[in-house]
Order: sequence, then structure tokens, then C-alpha cells
Amino acid sequence: MSIAWYLVVSAIVFALGAVGVVTRRNPLVMLLCLELMLNGANLALIAFSRMWGNGDGQIFAIVVMTVAACEVCIGLGMIVAIYRQRLPIDADELRELHG
Amino acid sequence: MSAVIFFIAAIGVIAGAIGVVMVRDPFYSVLALVCHLVSLAVLFLLLRAEFVAAVQVVVYAGAVMVLYVFVVAYVGEEAATIGDRLRGASSAVARTRTLAVLVGGSLLAELLVALLGTGLKAIDSYGAPYQPGPKTFGTTAYIGELLLTRFLIAFEIASFLLLVAAVGAVVLARRRGGIDEPETHISPLHIFRPLGTGTMAEGVDGRLPTTEAGAGIAAEREPEAVEAR
Repeated sequence: MSIAWYLVVSAIVFALGAVGVVTRRNPLVMLLCLELMLNGANLALIAFSRMWGNGDGQIFAIVVMTVAACEVCIGLGMIVAIYRQRLPIDADELRELHG
Repeated sequence: MSAVIFFIAAIGVIAGAIGVVMVRDPFYSVLALVCHLVSLAVLFLLLRAEFVAAVQVVVYAGAVMVLYVFVVAYVGEEAATIGDRLRGASSAVARTRTLAVLVGGSLLAELLVALLGTGLKAIDSYGAPYQPGPKTFGTTAYIGELLLTRFLIAFEIASFLLLVAAVGAVVLARRRGGIDEPETHISPLHIFRPLGTGTMAEGVDGRLPTTEAGAGIAAEREPEAVEAR
């Protein structure tokens, strides 16, 4: 398959992740949708890496995975902390930090 | 043959992504994401990124998703009931959803224009020439050499980021309430493992106070833990 097909798949996954981040209110699912967006970017990076026969894109993809793992770690830690405070697990109701 | 595998894996990727976004229960969202990640690893293999595909399956679909499953099992029930309650205000939800689909559709159109309208000739090709071998493009040896030579600084920054994230997660997830007053005996172990700093031992045995006043505080803080005693 030519590289363009992979890019189309990555664009679809990225857009689906964006839709999920906007529509869902549960922070857990919002984190999952952020993962989807990162994965779309990863697929594009690796497709371009294959296109040029150069490993740089794969290194970028590995760094993106590291960042995603850190994000999951902190995000889930925050969700557990919110749950322990008996606050609602809902992005619309958590308005403590509203300006 | 590779076209067949591509289409099967691409359908898995997109179906998994749709499942994550649409399914109501967060637990099934996580399972859909696992399906998405494994199919994505197949696409990576087709793009000759063997090491990244292995990392994807082992780290992402293995470790990160296990973390998600644990957290969903810990808080999931409450999250589901809140989702049910919010279904009442349906007009606002429907408006948000239409808006989100519009935003996503325009984002997809823009991305497709940007990716496919670039006029790059190479996009329609099958990629650079590739011969299998022990140190070609995408193997572990190749990635390891790149990480330790050209991308050494990125590698070190990534490791530092992981350290900071681990410390941050411990700080976020430790038990609040800090140091307990009635604690009297001091053992030499406390030099290496000070009290109230969220060590794993504190998380395991709880370090709840044993006096009456302390039990009252503990009951305020964690009613179910005291009832269980």
C-alpha cells in the first residue's frame, strides 16, 4: 500500500480522537481519546519515516510514546486523587480551577 | 497480500477508535483502545517499524492499558452513574455532539488537504527501498544506535521526564492526612524512610492511628475502613 493510505488512516484516527475529547465528559475517556490523537500522530510519523527510509520518525514515535506514558501516569494519579476527595468525576462539574 | 493485511488492520484501527469514542462504559472504551493499539502495531509492522511495533504492544497495550483497567475498576462505577445522570439534559448534550462532529469533520478535511494535497510525489510511492537484514531500517540494533548517538539528548530528556512523572504520580496518589501525631516510637528505618512522605509501606499498612482520638479522625477520613475493623 502506498504511504498516502497510512496518512489517511492517521488523519481519521486523529479526528476521531478530537471528537472524543470534545464530546466525552468523563476524564478517563478524555485521556483515552488523547491517546488516540497521539497514536494518529505516531502513525503519520512512522509512515513518513518509511517514506524517506530514515529512522528519525521512529525515534520521534518512541519519544511520543514516552510522553504519552507520563501523561497517563499523571492523569490517572489526578483522577484517583479526585475520587478520594469524593468529588464528581466529570470534567464539567470540576470547576474549582475556573477563573 | 500486504494490501489485505493493511485493510484488515486499518479497519481494526478505525473500529477501535470509534469504539473508544462511542461506547458508554469506560471499561469497554479501554478494551476498544487495546484492539486499536494491537491493530496499529500491525500497521507499524507493515511500515517496517519492527521495534516500534513491539514497544507498542508490550508497553502500550500491555502496561499502560493495565493501569487504565485498574483505575477504571477503582472509580468506574461512579463515573458510569454520572454519565447516566447527565443523559437527562439531552438538548445541551445533543448540541455539543453536533458541534463536536462538525469540528471533527472540518479537522479531518483540513488534515486530508494538508496530507494529500502536498504535491509530494513520494506519498504515492511504497517508500524507500528496503532489504531485510540485521541492521536495516527499523530493527532494534538500528533504533538503539540512533538513540545512543544522534538522539542521545532526546533519550536523556525522555528518561528525566519519566522520573519526574513517577515522582509526581507518587505525590498525587499518596494518602493525605500526613504524619500521625500519636506515633511515638522512632526506629532507625525512619532515617531512610521518613514518615508521611507517601512511601509504599505507608500505602500498604495504612499507618492509621490507634488511639481513640486518632480512631475518630480515621473514621472521619475513611468511614468504610474503620467499619471493616
